[in-house]
Amino acid sequence: MKNIVFAVVCLFGVVTSNAQDKNKKMTFEVDGKCDMCKMRIEKAALNVDGVKYAVWDIPTHQLSLIVDEHKTNAMEIKTALVGVGHDTKELKASQEAYDNVHPCCKYRDDNTDDSEKH
Amino acid sequence: MKYILILFLSLPISIIAQDGIKGMVMEANAENKHIGLAGANVYWLNSQIGTMTKDDGTFSIPYSKEYNKLIISFVGFQTDTLTIEKPRMVHHWLQPSNQLDEVVVQQERDAIQKTYFSAQNVVTVNSAELLKAACCNLSESFETNPAIDVNFNDALTGTKQIQMLGLTSPYLLITQENIPMVRGASQAYGLTFTPGTWVESIQITKGAGSVVNGYESISGQINTELQKPLMDTPIFVNGYANLNGRLELNTHINRKLSDKWSTGFYIHGNRRDVEVDNNDDGFLDAPLANQINIANRWQYQNPEKGWVSFFNVRFLNDEKQVGQTDFNPDMDKFTTNTWGSKIDTRRFDSSLKLGYVFPESPYQSFGFQVAYSKHKQDSFYGFNVYDIDHESVYSNFLFNSIIGNTKNKFKTGLTLAYDGYDELVNNQNFGRVDQSLGAFFEYSYTNLEKLSLTAGLRVDTHNRLGTFITPRLHVRYTPWEKGSLRGSFGVGRRAANIFAENQKLFASSRAIRLVQNDGNIYGFDAEKAFNYGVSFLQGFSLFNRPGNVTVDYYRTDFENQVVVDWENPREVVFSNLEGKSFANSLQFEINHEVLPNVELRAAYKYYDVKTDFQTGLLQKPLQARNRYFANIGYNTNEKENGSQWRFDYTLHALGQQRLPDTSSNPEEFRLGEFSDAYSLMNAQITKVFSKKFEIYLGGENLTNFRQNNPVLGAEDPFGANFDTTIVFAPILGRMVYAGFRFKS
Repeated sequence: MKNIVFAVVCLFGVVTSNAQDKNKKMTFEVDGKCDMCKMRIEKAALNVDGVKYAVWDIPTHQLSLIVDEHKTNAMEIKTALVGVGHDTKELKASQEAYDNVHPCCKYRDDNTDDSEKH
Repeated sequence: MKYILILFLSLPISIIAQDGIKGMVMEANAENKHIGLAGANVYWLNSQIGTMTKDDGTFSIPYSKEYNKLIISFVGFQTDTLTIEKPRMVHHWLQPSNQLDEVVVQQERDAIQKTYFSAQNVVTVNSAELLKAACCNLSESFETNPAIDVNFNDALTGTKQIQMLGLTSPYLLITQENIPMVRGASQAYGLTFTPGTWVESIQITKGAGSVVNGYESISGQINTELQKPLMDTPIFVNGYANLNGRLELNTHINRKLSDKWSTGFYIHGNRRDVEVDNNDDGFLDAPLANQINIANRWQYQNPEKGWVSFFNVRFLNDEKQVGQTDFNPDMDKFTTNTWGSKIDTRRFDSSLKLGYVFPESPYQSFGFQVAYSKHKQDSFYGFNVYDIDHESVYSNFLFNSIIGNTKNKFKTGLTLAYDGYDELVNNQNFGRVDQSLGAFFEYSYTNLEKLSLTAGLRVDTHNRLGTFITPRLHVRYTPWEKGSLRGSFGVGRRAANIFAENQKLFASSRAIRLVQNDGNIYGFDAEKAFNYGVSFLQGFSLFNRPGNVTVDYYRTDFENQVVVDWENPREVVFSNLEGKSFANSLQFEINHEVLPNVELRAAYKYYDVKTDFQTGLLQKPLQARNRYFANIGYNTNEKENGSQWRFDYTLHALGQQRLPDTSSNPEEFRLGEFSDAYSLMNAQITKVFSKKFEIYLGGENLTNFRQNNPVLGAEDPFGANFDTTIVFAPILGRMVYAGFRFKS
């Protein structure tokens, strides 16, 4: 029994390490409204070690990422995003971080697409 | 043993379960039925602790006193935040969100776009801007743009030569879809070989360009993107006629053959067979011309696999006849009956481009391009014979990727080029072969906000230029909002094609003298120049309408240049530079929507371009030190069916220009030291009837300003004083044109 459990654990270990992709694609929603937000969001994501590519789409609010799963995960990226004041579905930015975003990026008041203005 | 193991495994679960929160997330409904939502996100605010609901909508999540806000979210529902003070059961209904998923963004793009974020000083001119002047070909596409100056080349052909930063087009790299295009044998007339309607957009880079496109660019780069079969309209027809007898017809036929393949046929023809001599000097004011230009493009696009490809072929036949109005080439060629010239060009171009974007990593791609062209020009100017055949092969392989993340990108690749020339100048053959192999690496950095940088280096080995290194550097810094400060530095090198670039010298009695110094190129050393500059762009909003101001200053220093000295009216002397040669250029430009739908663009340019000629350090001849430019465009609002009026007015004012020395000529053939200042006005009105049909009417040189004596010694073209090279103003007077565009 011991050996079987060990074998199962080993197998699982192998599977999970294979599942850790060096070029893992992920997308999730990040709140924001304009080009300035886009720059702030992408910059915050790319500043997380292991994030190779980050593009935030203004109308859909989707952040598309390619990350090295050995180095980071979605929660770490979301933590970085709320750190610069941008809410995700799961994590909300602290009031302090939100107060630091430019007045024209105050998406909580009115979450519209403002790309033409900035 | 077995039980101990089970106990161990279940222990952590039971610990969480004790202090955890259990609950169920449900879809809100009128009856308050318990319809579980599977896959909803349940997270603690500002933590990394979260879970998802199971198939029946239930969940359990560990609880800790640090957290008290529980967030529940699901795509298509409003996200809710619950305040939780102590562990308890949570039953929550999520409300469907009323927001529409699709948002259509429509934005009007400016006809001229200046980049705030790129490291290079690039101006993109799109097709809306190109329609402001009903340009017949690429050389006329720059009339409404202050970055490029249009100069008149010679009295016979009236070919417009362009210049940037005070330097003529040989010092500019002119590319078509990033393949070097107007160079070598086509330097003098090449810009007239791309019909205006074929052009989709133009990118103008001021200052040293990228190392990716080679070592030849010195003062800047002009890249032309042609219409793409997939994007262009299925049928496009444009007809044009002007009162000086020029007729033009452009037809595009594009077909989408499958999801992946499209093809397009582009046919251009123009002719002028009306003899115009408004100044009564016996010489044609504009050439009799005939051009047929046919291209076929194939486009392949496979977004799933990441492949993009273009294959192009083009054939051109261009004939020009210039000289005295009575000249008949069949009877008068190489006789002293009348003076005339014919320039016949045939050209074949083909190119293949392949691009691949790795589907798993969109920041990684490679591109390969190969182009072959054969250019054959047979010409005579009076008794001077000039024939040139130029066969060219160019290929470039490029790989793009990142270092760590997309803030650090690089491009690297190889360039292979071959140019075979068979050149006959009167009885002398200047045949030669140029071969080069180069490797390049370009690194670019952006911190996505304040700073971006592009640094490139290439190493080339060339059979006549030797082995050399070309560094280029571009930096951009944003000190505050909408401000962009740029700096650039670069080195460029070039083997001057002295005859092809200065063909106008054949239409004079000037003797051609080469003061050689055992160099490899016509006995000269290759040209080498350093270009550096700074520019500042500031966007603003005045009366709630956008605008921007640009100031830039560039300097080019030649270490080695093939100097063309026209200062003795009896000869043209080519020699390598001894002493100094530099070009300083200062430009101030403002763009603003001054009234609703009224765009104003105004610019002032100052050029200080000097070269050590045999007679000393002199300002470059036939170039105005001061230039002013203004363009006003007004559009009425587009109606539902697409109908609209468009008005456009352009003013060019040029200060006095230094003329080459003619003081040793007999008195009647002397010109002043400087030409007078003058201004030119162009205007155009376009009536758009619908998205399918529009007509335009316009005029160039509306004040009818002309240089009154463009041909010196016109009475005796075989005499010693015959000279058509000193041209500083239009020869053709007012020109009225009209045309239509049909799209379907």
